[in-house]
Amino acid sequence: MSKTTSLKAGSRLEKILAEGTFAVSGECGPPKSADGSVIAEKAKLLTGYVDAVNITDNQTAVVRIASLPSAVIAQQNGMEAILQVTCRDRNRLAMQADILGAAALDVKNVLCLTGDHMSFGNHPQAKGVHDLDSINLIRMFKDMRDEKKFQCGDEMTVEPRLFIGCAENPFADPFELRVHRLRKKILAGADFVQTQCIFNIPKFKTWMEQVRAEGLHQEIKILAGITPIKGAGMAKYMKNFVPGMDVPQEIVDRVASKEKGEPQQAEGKKLAVEMIKELAEVEGVAGVHIMAVEWEPAVPEIVEAAGLLPRPVVN
Amino acid sequence: MITAERKPLDEILALLGDAKQVLVAGCETCVAVCLTGGEKEAEILASELRIKAKEDHRKLTCEHTSAIRQCEWEYLDMIAEKVGEYDVVLSMACGIGIQSMAEKFAPKLVLPAVNTNMLGMPQEHAVWLERCVACGDCRIGLTGGVCPVVRCSKSLMNGPCGGSHDGLCEVRHDNEDIECAWALIYERLKAQGREELMLEERPPKDWSLSSSGGPRKMVREEAKPV
Repeated sequence: MSKTTSLKAGSRLEKILAEGTFAVSGECGPPKSADGSVIAEKAKLLTGYVDAVNITDNQTAVVRIASLPSAVIAQQNGMEAILQVTCRDRNRLAMQADILGAAALDVKNVLCLTGDHMSFGNHPQAKGVHDLDSINLIRMFKDMRDEKKFQCGDEMTVEPRLFIGCAENPFADPFELRVHRLRKKILAGADFVQTQCIFNIPKFKTWMEQVRAEGLHQEIKILAGITPIKGAGMAKYMKNFVPGMDVPQEIVDRVASKEKGEPQQAEGKKLAVEMIKELAEVEGVAGVHIMAVEWEPAVPEIVEAAGLLPRPVVN
Repeated sequence: MITAERKPLDEILALLGDAKQVLVAGCETCVAVCLTGGEKEAEILASELRIKAKEDHRKLTCEHTSAIRQCEWEYLDMIAEKVGEYDVVLSMACGIGIQSMAEKFAPKLVLPAVNTNMLGMPQEHAVWLERCVACGDCRIGLTGGVCPVVRCSKSLMNGPCGGSHDGLCEVRHDNEDIECAWALIYERLKAQGREELMLEERPPKDWSLSSSGGPRKMVREEAKPV
């Protein structure tokens, strides 16, 4: 079987990872308005610097342009999308309908998430759907793709060709469960995983040791999460208030040791570059996922300084 | 048990409008045990309403009564005569009791004086914790006796999300920490030597067995009178 026919979706991201090239994905949060040009601009900014970009799905439970139309806008502007789908806002009917639409519109990468809880967002009175969890979601999309079956068992004529992703947080508790959970996601059908942003590299390496001990790095493509820190305030906020984040004090101190503004931003970018280089050396890490939250302009510089240019051209 | 909390007095007054004859009806079962809607609480609410009416120079006849169980027809028969003397019944029972009253005495106006909030367990005196949502498909045999449907903020069926930290959920309720259900499940399963259950993939839940399937009905044919 040739390499092309063994691809599940044939997305740029999948091809790059299949070739064993170190992949770079980015992130784009749609705007809190009907202004689609924001997505187009972010897509253009990142083109040539990342291989594909996550399009978030009402991130932090705040209403934004939906991830599917945003993904289409990004792709119309030359940037391959990774469609985020959360279980918080839609049930199995809606998620299957959306993924059929995504495939029909040539969106090939999907990231299956549980979703941030409603209480963190701007509609805390909303009813959380949570019909499925993220592992059910992965399995449902895999069965649609590989078995041509809907979750109910009904058959379809044309299946959605998908490169299925998941997230994992090596810094959440119980720590010993985190690798088991990744294995569960692999067994359910995940092809790639993007991790929570990494600041505590020793802990990430411990997690990777467990991943390698179980051979999971050979069964799934692992993209290590990176978030450039824009300033000491952001570092402190992430350390103290963002669920599931592990930001060591020395990281906060290092950024805070510089003058506010440009010097702290420069230090944040420098730190991101150092971390990418260190993570790239970890056996089993197949790429990085750069989440520059509302700081997309920093990405090209970081990717370049990390020596990850030029990005590969794939057919 | 079913737990409920009394509605704020202003909300009750708004519901009552200009009602002139009001019977406050307590229930001696769950709502009495959770100190919300038993006979004593019904008596207190009736007094509050009379005092408020006096302050506002309104005419109001307001008394209280209590049923052993507002959710069963035969106990409602026992208060039927009293109910007949009033225009409005203000029920302090759970949502089941209130609806039973409304159905039994229709079209009499029966109004709720409480918010029914959960199927709770008394953790200590005057503290109740939610333990069940009556989903119709109990899985706690696989989760160490801890229900992830109600105790996990996202009702996950396959283990903890990325927000579990130090045994706590990322979500807080009324500014208080919540235990992570999956951390509890894992610890319990470990203590039972059954932690391998954590590795098994649980399929999507059948929510048609819950209220998503429409109002449910249970019939025990073998117990029906012949």
